[in-house]
Amino acid sequence: MSEKKHMFDNPKNVQRVIRGLYIACAVVFAADFFVHRHVDHPWESLFGFYGIYGFITFSILVLVSKELRKILMRKEDYYDK
Amino acid sequence: MTSSVAPFLIFYAGALLMAVTKGRIRQMLMLAIPIVGAWNLYTLPTDTVMTWQVFDYTLTVFQADRMSLLFGYLFHLAAFLGAIYSIHVKDVGETSSAALYAGSALGAVFAGDMIILFIFWEMLAITSIFLIVARRTERANAAALRYIIVQVLSGVILLAGILLRLHDTGSIAFTHIGLDGTLGSQLIFLAFGIKCAFPLLHNWLTDAYPEATPTGMVFLSAFTTKVAVYALARSYAGTEILVYIGAAMAMFPIFYATIENDLRRVLGYSMINQIGFMVVGIGLGTELAINGAIAHAFNDVIFKALLLMTMGAVLHRTGKINGSDLGGLYKSMPLTTIFCIIGAASISAVPLFSGFVSKSMIMVAALEGHHDIVWLLLLFASAGVMEHAGIKIPFFAFFAHDSGIRCKEAPTNMLIAMGLAAVICIFNGTYPWLLYSVLPYPVDYAPFTAPHVLTQMQLLLFSALAFTVLKLTKVYPPELPGINIDAEWAYRMGLPRAINAFKRAFAPVDKTVRTIGLGLVNSMISTVFRHHGPDGALARTTLVGSMVQWVVVLLGVYLMLFLIGNS
Repeated sequence: MSEKKHMFDNPKNVQRVIRGLYIACAVVFAADFFVHRHVDHPWESLFGFYGIYGFITFSILVLVSKELRKILMRKEDYYDK
Repeated sequence: MTSSVAPFLIFYAGALLMAVTKGRIRQMLMLAIPIVGAWNLYTLPTDTVMTWQVFDYTLTVFQADRMSLLFGYLFHLAAFLGAIYSIHVKDVGETSSAALYAGSALGAVFAGDMIILFIFWEMLAITSIFLIVARRTERANAAALRYIIVQVLSGVILLAGILLRLHDTGSIAFTHIGLDGTLGSQLIFLAFGIKCAFPLLHNWLTDAYPEATPTGMVFLSAFTTKVAVYALARSYAGTEILVYIGAAMAMFPIFYATIENDLRRVLGYSMINQIGFMVVGIGLGTELAINGAIAHAFNDVIFKALLLMTMGAVLHRTGKINGSDLGGLYKSMPLTTIFCIIGAASISAVPLFSGFVSKSMIMVAALEGHHDIVWLLLLFASAGVMEHAGIKIPFFAFFAHDSGIRCKEAPTNMLIAMGLAAVICIFNGTYPWLLYSVLPYPVDYAPFTAPHVLTQMQLLLFSALAFTVLKLTKVYPPELPGINIDAEWAYRMGLPRAINAFKRAFAPVDKTVRTIGLGLVNSMISTVFRHHGPDGALARTTLVGSMVQWVVVLLGVYLMLFLIGNS
């Protein structure tokens, strides 16, 4: 008896989630046209600032952390020796 | 009916009762204590002041205001959720100390003066250690020892600060202190900072908490650090350096959380990150900022407990907690998965979940205070929260690659506790006005304006997009077994190494001194041996007869000399 198929065993469902994310990103990016934002910081007036900033900082975070691993990572029993 | 019982007493008495009962009765006690406690607090008139006369001093055991009442109810709520979650635990030491620990937190927030605060400050340390050693592993024991050293040290520094302040001002009032340049105020600040996990003083948290039992870490996350946040808000609101300390606290843990493998340790770093936002709010000191910090403390206790409960359930069922060992658990634990996603959405501040309504207050306050760089850092840190708590925790535990682990869904009591916490997260996220109404200052803040919601959604969705892109292009770092060195290296590796280096450097000197000393002793022994040893002149045995013979000879010589002399 084979195990029951689960939702994400089907790659199509994974694709659907990813496509949903792309659409949601496009919608909130475009919504910047229609929503008038009160601006406290000059960068905020840049079109789609929050989206761009989120994307860039997230990428920086991951890439920097990946490099940090080379300096910081040790074997699990490092302190036990 | 009005009560006159200090809130901590109910928990202390309950803990004693739990220690002598078992089975169903103890389980009922576990649930009853927070309920009775909350009822007691409700019927306690808010202007009650309870004092305790010790020699010439009057100590104030209980005193309440809006802020301490909010924390008081929050701690009852957290203790109740924790009790449901841990109702199956049979270890009497763990259950009783959890109640003592919650009671100590209540004692601290209702402390009317610094001496009472100090007593409960130390009680928090002593009672919580059992939640770590109850894991019964060597690692847990060692981590608990390091934990208690740091915690007690914080208490000792606090006491020194209190005494210096008493000497300077004659006051032990638990009120606004501020960094006024006196050593006393600085020591108290440092003591609060240790318990608050300031950068470089933070490692006790990420070291010891993840070694606690699955249920223990849920309790641990709720009390110690939040008492410290409360104490900072009471005594150091508006202290500008806190803005920068808070920004550093929000920033540096996100890098560690990204590469940490132990998912409960990821949440430990996440705790520091969230406390960072609160510390910024306290440092800004405006009404909006303090409200935001306190509201965020409330929400953080609940959503962090929820996330830790889901990870505790995973650890309870699978015995594993490393991201590299897990994956695909949504198949076995679908409800836990949903609760985890709700917790992740709340901490990431998705609109309609609890983090959004409180964190945004701090962000707006930072902009209003013209702390532009701090604001940009907090925005960076928000993307970081999305990374490690919003995506990494649920993704690597429940989705990612299928680890092949098939286990049972979490036990019913755990599911109930997680469900309640999830309901509170969604309630506070959709209807924040009840929480707003109990904050220290009147709230004039609208969370759900179109710009607030839109900008937050842009930030979060594009962070998720970045994750997707990095994951699909295989740039995103995989979960790997291993640990990452942090400031704790100084005392876990640096200090032992320094001691060893000192030993090595000192060894030749030591050896020379010892060799010379040994030579002196040896030569003394051989001298003594020569004279007193078996063949030594002074140790020879002589017969009585020969003694008499020699006496006769001596007397003969004497006689002869006498005769010669007289002649």
